[in-house]
Amino acid sequence: MKRSLHFLGGGATLPILLLLVWAIAAHLGWLDVRLWSSPGSVLTAAWAVLRDGSLLAALRASLARDFAGFTIGAASGLMLGLLLARVRLADLLLSPTLNSARQIALFAWVPFLSLWLGNGEHGRIAFIALAAFFPVLLNAHLGARQVEARYIEVARALCLKPHRLLLKLVLPSALPQIMTGLRLGLIYAWLATIGAEYLFTTTTGIGSMMMDARDLFRMDLVILGMAVIGGIGFALNLILSRLGRLSLWRGVEEML
Amino acid sequence: MTDLSHWAQTGLRTRPPRVNLPLPRLPRLSPLLGWLVPAALLLAWYGITAAHLVAEQILPAPATVAEAFAALVRDGQLQDNLLISLSRVFYGFGAGALAGLLFGAGMGFSDAFSRLVRPSFLMVAQIPILAWLPFLMLLLGIGEALKIVLVAKAVFTPMTLAANAGIRSVPLRYLEVARMLQLSRWRTLYRVVLPSALPHLFSGLRYGLTHAWLALVMVELLASYEGIGYLMVYSRQLFQLDVMLAIMLVIGAVGLVFDRLLALGEARLVRRYGGAP
Repeated sequence: MKRSLHFLGGGATLPILLLLVWAIAAHLGWLDVRLWSSPGSVLTAAWAVLRDGSLLAALRASLARDFAGFTIGAASGLMLGLLLARVRLADLLLSPTLNSARQIALFAWVPFLSLWLGNGEHGRIAFIALAAFFPVLLNAHLGARQVEARYIEVARALCLKPHRLLLKLVLPSALPQIMTGLRLGLIYAWLATIGAEYLFTTTTGIGSMMMDARDLFRMDLVILGMAVIGGIGFALNLILSRLGRLSLWRGVEEML
Repeated sequence: MTDLSHWAQTGLRTRPPRVNLPLPRLPRLSPLLGWLVPAALLLAWYGITAAHLVAEQILPAPATVAEAFAALVRDGQLQDNLLISLSRVFYGFGAGALAGLLFGAGMGFSDAFSRLVRPSFLMVAQIPILAWLPFLMLLLGIGEALKIVLVAKAVFTPMTLAANAGIRSVPLRYLEVARMLQLSRWRTLYRVVLPSALPHLFSGLRYGLTHAWLALVMVELLASYEGIGYLMVYSRQLFQLDVMLAIMLVIGAVGLVFDRLLALGEARLVRRYGGAP
């Protein structure tokens, strides 16, 4: 008795219940299936786009765009962040400007980028790179600026040279924060990928697929797209947080 | 999805003290140095346009942008559209923050409710706001409801997480003291729970407002006939780059004002009640 009650209060109850209500309501005609679709037709649509390969093609296009933009944005954000953290002059010169630029809502860059770089792939990738750039920059800057006090004492005792200090002390110590930045950057890049596919002229990709489905009133495809986009975001986040837990770097710890 | 990651960081993990690395000192010019880059950029912008290195359609002169801005203000277009956008943010933000507060507090107060809805909530929160857009467009059309629901959704997730974390952050000892003193339910809420939860709630509001503005600009760029984002798309279509740049600055300024206002409020709260852990 108690176990069944516990199951009823568990997290799976609500989604299952909603799914059932949705399926039954669609089946009995309480919902307009043209607008609300039904679990069955979402599955049918999923099977259809899987079989004709259009879903995978769209995903491949989106992910390629996402990674290209993310790599550019994250690499430049990381380098600039470390520079700002370690070179005081660069910090004083650039930080105020970068902080102001960060305030512009991300999507407000789209019309600008599309005019300057064209409506095609260049503009889209630049936009995704911009989305990944700021969180990586910010976290790399924060992480590399501060180091645990006891490590500094060790470094001073060992008379480390500047480049050794960076490699053995600053980077390992900043790594968790850098990984946080990369994770955020990846999330924003994925968001920007979808946004870029909505806002720049139509193209391939999962975002375009959804917008096309909307134009055709294909709610089943729209719901499928939502699930896929959510799933990909979840997976990307999971991969990077797993990576973050691996100790990639052994710095000061092994020297102690 | 975006929202969650911020909150994953606010766990109660105690770290060893960290200090600023010793860096070489610089002369006391520091505040001025920050203006150097914007000044240089402005100068370069002026120089490039004055020498006609780039076509006016690609990069209009600073004076042209300033003029476009003045014209937008003069004929009231900027104020009208900004007012429309701000009222959308206001209603959406209000609805989303209130719903998130109630939902998150419910999850914080009741373990049973939390067990029931938390997995579903996290699953829904995984779907980024942009992926909701085509769905909501089909369901609600592209009218006012779409913008307000989308903005509310953008605020709801961070606010729920913040309210939940805030309630959970109340030290049990304090609740025991309140029980011992036989404080009424409302007094406990007001005197014990609220002071503990407030910093969390406020940072939830702050993230929420940032996301609200982001979501609104997005939806106005894509599906709107008025508002600041629409004004930007419209000028883009007419290749009025001067107007577009002026509006971009306005959008940045609004974001900055939102952020500063809430940061100020947060700082006051932290002074009064102590910071979030």
